[in-house]
Amino acid sequence: MNAQKENFLLAVEGLTVSFDGFKAVDDLSFYLDPKEIRVIIGPNGAGKTTVLDLICGKTRATAGSIRFGGNELTKMKEHQIVHAGVGRKFQNPSVFEDLTVFENLEVSYPQGHTVMGALAFKRDAAVIEAVERIADTIFLSDQINEPAGLLSHGQKQWLEIGMLLIQKPDLLMLDEPVAGMSVAERKKTAELLRVITRDHTVLVIEHDMQFVGDIADRVTVMHQGKVLSEGSIEHVKKDPKVIEVYLGH
Amino acid sequence: MKTNSPLQWLTSREGIYYLLLALLLLVVLPLTLDAFRLNMVGKYLTYAFAAIGLVMCWGKAGILSLGQGVFFGLGGYCMAMFLKLEASTPEATSNQSTPGIPDFMDWNQITELPGFWQPFHSFSFTLIAVIAVPVLLAFIIGVAMFKRRVGGVYFAIITQAIAAILTILIIGQQGLTGGVNGITDLQTLMGWNIRTDAAKTTLYFVCVGLLFVSLLVARQVQNAKLGRILVAMRDQETRVRFSGYDVASFKVFVFCLAAGLAGIGGALFTLQVGFMSPSFVGIVPSIEMVVFCALGGRYSLLGGVYGALLVNAAKSGFSESFPELWPYAMGALFIGVVLAFPNGLAGLYERYIMPLEKRLPVIGKYLDKDSPEPQAPPVVSDQLSAEKS
Repeated sequence: MNAQKENFLLAVEGLTVSFDGFKAVDDLSFYLDPKEIRVIIGPNGAGKTTVLDLICGKTRATAGSIRFGGNELTKMKEHQIVHAGVGRKFQNPSVFEDLTVFENLEVSYPQGHTVMGALAFKRDAAVIEAVERIADTIFLSDQINEPAGLLSHGQKQWLEIGMLLIQKPDLLMLDEPVAGMSVAERKKTAELLRVITRDHTVLVIEHDMQFVGDIADRVTVMHQGKVLSEGSIEHVKKDPKVIEVYLGH
Repeated sequence: MKTNSPLQWLTSREGIYYLLLALLLLVVLPLTLDAFRLNMVGKYLTYAFAAIGLVMCWGKAGILSLGQGVFFGLGGYCMAMFLKLEASTPEATSNQSTPGIPDFMDWNQITELPGFWQPFHSFSFTLIAVIAVPVLLAFIIGVAMFKRRVGGVYFAIITQAIAAILTILIIGQQGLTGGVNGITDLQTLMGWNIRTDAAKTTLYFVCVGLLFVSLLVARQVQNAKLGRILVAMRDQETRVRFSGYDVASFKVFVFCLAAGLAGIGGALFTLQVGFMSPSFVGIVPSIEMVVFCALGGRYSLLGGVYGALLVNAAKSGFSESFPELWPYAMGALFIGVVLAFPNGLAGLYERYIMPLEKRLPVIGKYLDKDSPEPQAPPVVSDQLSAEKS
């Protein structure tokens, strides 16, 4: 087990967080291989979003460890975790509404992240090239100079995904990326995720089982802060415990 | 957005607005006002420094400080201490029981110049202190608050409390600070009598010059990527944090910037008005500074300058005729701004006057080439963010 551990991109072990005695995540362990697409599913309140919060540093763990590459994330600050290579998309699209699509992506470009760096930052050819390339990937080339506040809900979700991509993270965490999207947008998002997943490790929370089946290498089912089942989509679909608490009969 | 050369910038829409302000302050007002009134405009302009700082700190970055009077006052006191020491030569104070120290110290049975006054014999030290002392205090407050993620209303209340504390401290330590009367009877700057009309006019032009330097510095920050990060922080602080920025250090930076600007304003106030007192430090002046900024338009640097000018001119005009009514008028003004035009005069200008510019002959066509750069977000998103918080 320990010899193998070094090969994991992300190793979550014994992770526990308790809010006033309520254990939202309870002694949780799971491991992600490099380039793996892992989907976390589970009923409401299972602690799925809290797991992402813990990994990206938004919530502090009560106990346990999160090892990512050579780093222990539980002891790092949010921006340090980002620089270590973890990108996080939130459930509600959070983009900078007063800035244009271009500026949104530029702010996320991994350069000039200190006060002095941001003062000296120049919009050079490399930045413009990177921003335009990402805008193209996320279907927003035509809106590149529009304020992000004018985008549709789906477009905002894509923009936020684009803001993560431009950071070039090793691990991408997406919280319900297709929630609230139209059928057409959903299809395009699935297409987008397929492109992304070629060269990133991705951790996704999703409810849409069709979508989960489409993209997941492996699925982790959570229930009451614990892992209920883990394996391929076929495996978890057949698991009687999963059927009992989540999928229904 | 991109400006290639200074000349091109000056002929752009934004450049023309700056030129118009320069024309007003450097030509129109000096030609039409007598020395007394011009000196009053100079005094109003010192508040514009604080207003520019608030545009950056509150308008751009969303950090409302109700304590800018503290930094304005510290800058002003630093300058006043230098001038007071210069006025307190042993010859001029020979009738005191301890000659050579400021008169108020003598009245308070202090027989030796306190240590923290000593460096203010030096003019170069004073010039540095005018900026460094407010910035240092802002840095300490900023680190203490922002690293702990104190923000919004709590931060505003704490800054207001600091304004109250500093006022009480200054009044209480009468022997060291001049107490409630402040530091008065300031006469010369390096031997130059600052009380003559000619000196006041010169100081007015110095003030306008420094105002433009401050405007350009603030504009530089606003147009750098840092400016967009500030706006991004106002909208979505969490997203900025998870885009890899240490949000607190950016907040500390902009708060220090605002404090430094207010300090310069305070020093110029002391020079032009000839004294400094706790009544320019406390809660009321701090809130007035927020009103200048809100009325002018908190997203617009030039708006802040016009806000400071107009509110102060109204204050003087109003209190000359109805002194007891001014606080009510000012309260009404603030409510009016919040309810009717949340983006201030700059917002009104963008909405109603800018569309008319195009109809002007010659100039209209010329301005039309430059697409206007929106300074303020649409009112709708403003209300939304208010609901969110």
